[in-house]
Amino acid sequence: MIVNTTKGEMDDSLLEKREGSLDNDNESTTWVEYWLAGELVHRSVHVALKKNVSSAVEAASFN
Amino acid sequence: MANTQAMTTSFMGELMTATHNFGTAPVRATGATDSFKGALYLASATVNASTTAYSSTNEVTGTNYTAGGVAVTFGTPPTATNTSTTAGVAFVTPSASITYTNVTLTTAFDAVLIYNSTQSNKAVSVHTFGSQTVTAGTFTLTMPANTTSTALIRLATT
Repeated sequence: MIVNTTKGEMDDSLLEKREGSLDNDNESTTWVEYWLAGELVHRSVHVALKKNVSSAVEAASFN
Repeated sequence: MANTQAMTTSFMGELMTATHNFGTAPVRATGATDSFKGALYLASATVNASTTAYSSTNEVTGTNYTAGGVAVTFGTPPTATNTSTTAGVAFVTPSASITYTNVTLTTAFDAVLIYNSTQSNKAVSVHTFGSQTVTAGTFTLTMPANTTSTALIRLATT
């Protein structure tokens, strides 16, 4: 697979792949990194938002 | 029959489409849907509920990232649903992921500001996430399901 890197497009067989993830109430996140000789040359992140923003509205009472 | 004090759910939905105007501005010259954008902010920024409009201050900068961010598509109109005689929810969610393609953002960022680029860049909402950087890669924000409980933007009676 060809990967876009800071060195240009490279075949992933030439790179070290590292992956990670984070999951909590707010988000489910994954990332993938490609390293070349100890240098980070690609990092992509995918964040799936779980938590919305919500505003409460109310009709006031006269009494 | 009995009357029940409530904010009507239809009103909440209509707030999302600018049907009601209790003030004098803005004057809407068109019934067309506004355009919205999503801008990323550094972890050191202070975008929050008091943010009134997009600003480039403390916005991320980097290769292939354009100040102001990218378009946010609301392909599905807001929905307003009654949950009881006294309560309801109006909600809307972007219909597509927000994607920043082939960017390099080396300073940590942790928030996106969604704002109305048609209406003087007025702020809509701020969404935070774990601090990230991107290197010659893609940053994608995937939206939650557009339901009464999970939609990204909700107005709800309590």
